[in-house]
Amino acid sequence: MERDGVVNIGRGAVKKADVELAVHAEGLVRKFGENAAVDGVDLIVRRGEIYGFLGPNGAGKTTTIRMLATLLPPSSGTAEIFGHDIARDADEVRSRVSLTGQFASVDEDLTGHENLVLIARLLGHSRKESKARSAELLAAFGLSDAASRQVKKYSGGMRRRLDIAASIVVTPELLFLDEPTTGLDPRSRNQVWDIIRTLASEGTTVLLTTQYLDEADQLADRIAVIDNGKVIAEGTPGELKASVGAGALHVRLADPETRPEAERILSNSLGAPMHLESDPAALSARVSDPERVSRALAELSRSGVAVTDFALGQPSLDEVFLALTGRPADDNENNENPGGKEEEVA
Amino acid sequence: MSAPTTTTQNIAEESLRSALSSSERPKRPNALSASLTFGWRAMLKIKHVPEQLFDVTVFPIMFTLMFTYLFGGALAGSTGEYLQFLLPGILVQTVVFITIYTGFTLNGDIQKGVFDRFRSLPVWRPAVLVGALLADAARYTMASTIILVLGLVLGFRPEGGIVGVLLAVALVLVFAFSLSWIWTALGLVLRTPNSVMGVSMMIMFPLTFASNIFVDPQTMPSWLATAIGFNPITHLVTATRGLMDGTVTLGQMAAVFAACAILIVVFAPVTMYLYRNKK
Repeated sequence: MERDGVVNIGRGAVKKADVELAVHAEGLVRKFGENAAVDGVDLIVRRGEIYGFLGPNGAGKTTTIRMLATLLPPSSGTAEIFGHDIARDADEVRSRVSLTGQFASVDEDLTGHENLVLIARLLGHSRKESKARSAELLAAFGLSDAASRQVKKYSGGMRRRLDIAASIVVTPELLFLDEPTTGLDPRSRNQVWDIIRTLASEGTTVLLTTQYLDEADQLADRIAVIDNGKVIAEGTPGELKASVGAGALHVRLADPETRPEAERILSNSLGAPMHLESDPAALSARVSDPERVSRALAELSRSGVAVTDFALGQPSLDEVFLALTGRPADDNENNENPGGKEEEVA
Repeated sequence: MSAPTTTTQNIAEESLRSALSSSERPKRPNALSASLTFGWRAMLKIKHVPEQLFDVTVFPIMFTLMFTYLFGGALAGSTGEYLQFLLPGILVQTVVFITIYTGFTLNGDIQKGVFDRFRSLPVWRPAVLVGALLADAARYTMASTIILVLGLVLGFRPEGGIVGVLLAVALVLVFAFSLSWIWTALGLVLRTPNSVMGVSMMIMFPLTFASNIFVDPQTMPSWLATAIGFNPITHLVTATRGLMDGTVTLGQMAAVFAACAILIVVFAPVTMYLYRNKK
């Protein structure tokens, strides 16, 4: 499974003839001076899927996307978008992709309507078509009321929606979304997720970057985990989780004083080291056999250690990252849901 | 009143689906149409942020009045005579000074993400720059009009007539367009709009003052007069004066066009190179 340091947990190598590939990158490198922001990225995205590019700040996600969108020439390596080389056929690539950048890629001085008309005109629509298209998109994204307001007066969520609307003035075959929900409130984030799912169901391939682990889990068909400019793991969310272990047990004690004792009992009966959480009453462990969990918990109650809460669930992607890199994802204070999706078994 | 009110409308999935399916890719716009669209964008920005016109309205008035009345008497004996000499020069000075806003604006644009979107569109790549320069031409025209009207009110009487004046303005605009490519290159290289401003000022001040805008170089030490003879601004001012006075020569015009050609041939490719390889 281990190949060139990449944990390949996917369905095995994809043969180019099998499926039509939206993105096929080999050995992409981009250096800024001495520092390689992207250090040999191989990437295969199939037509029609939502592909998640997951990593902490500075991992090389944006640089990779900018190379694929022809904004930045790679220092070495090649990439094809629907079979068109990003260096040689840049124009062909540009007429198939759209980019929604990390920072609002709309003009803040203009109104929402003017922004969309501008893009429509630049894509070749007539003045009349451009206005109609803008109105149609503003309505679809719930922005009709704000059509004649300057974008600088928009909320973060509205701006993001306008940004995505600007990316689909002509429906692209491949849409790059660079951190589409960073800084959004949960409601706006859900709206953006709905938009992304709808786009994908209508046939647009989506390559999104995120540092929110649950976002990749929620949206992506396949995920590449990127760290220090390298893809360190690739596969479906389920495959990634499975590669780390069957699941995780989280226990919360009534009395933090009892934690050392609980740690001893649990690690003995689980046969695995316990992880002490920052919460002084909480501890967790990766487990392979659910049977042992019930025995361990029974052992705990026999010893008189009171438990207020326990949960057994699939490991979160945060834990996946920890397992893959040996350190937690940077900036993980941004992860709104570090516990991932756990099912209460109590 | 118990239902929660929302300020935004909900995403209508059905209308989104229909918006997606009704989209067809039109034919790419040609270079001119794309440039004009970017020019339209710049005009919209003027509409929404009119205070950016401060530099093309207040500065020309300030400069003309200041130089005419502060220095006119000392430099040419009388303010009226000096105005006759100064006005074509002050027109040149004002317009070439405004050109530095091109780099300033471009740099500000790049800081925001909107430039990435433009660059990822399948349009003629120089269009975004050419469009900005076209819109700048509108600003230059505005500044020129203000100076000319003010000059006429103060007593400037061009011997070259209306045709001479219009040709003079047109020549200044052509030169300004050519000179702007230096600022676009700077706007792409430097990190912040303010550093673009600083460097541009550092270039423009000696270039405009060490010329024949304010005084006749014959009153200067001969080495300086020679140096000023190499300043393209000097040639532009000479030709502009010639057009307004009706005494222009072919050689004077040719010198300006040569300067324009050199500026474009050198700095337009540099700008485009920087633009393509912008991080």
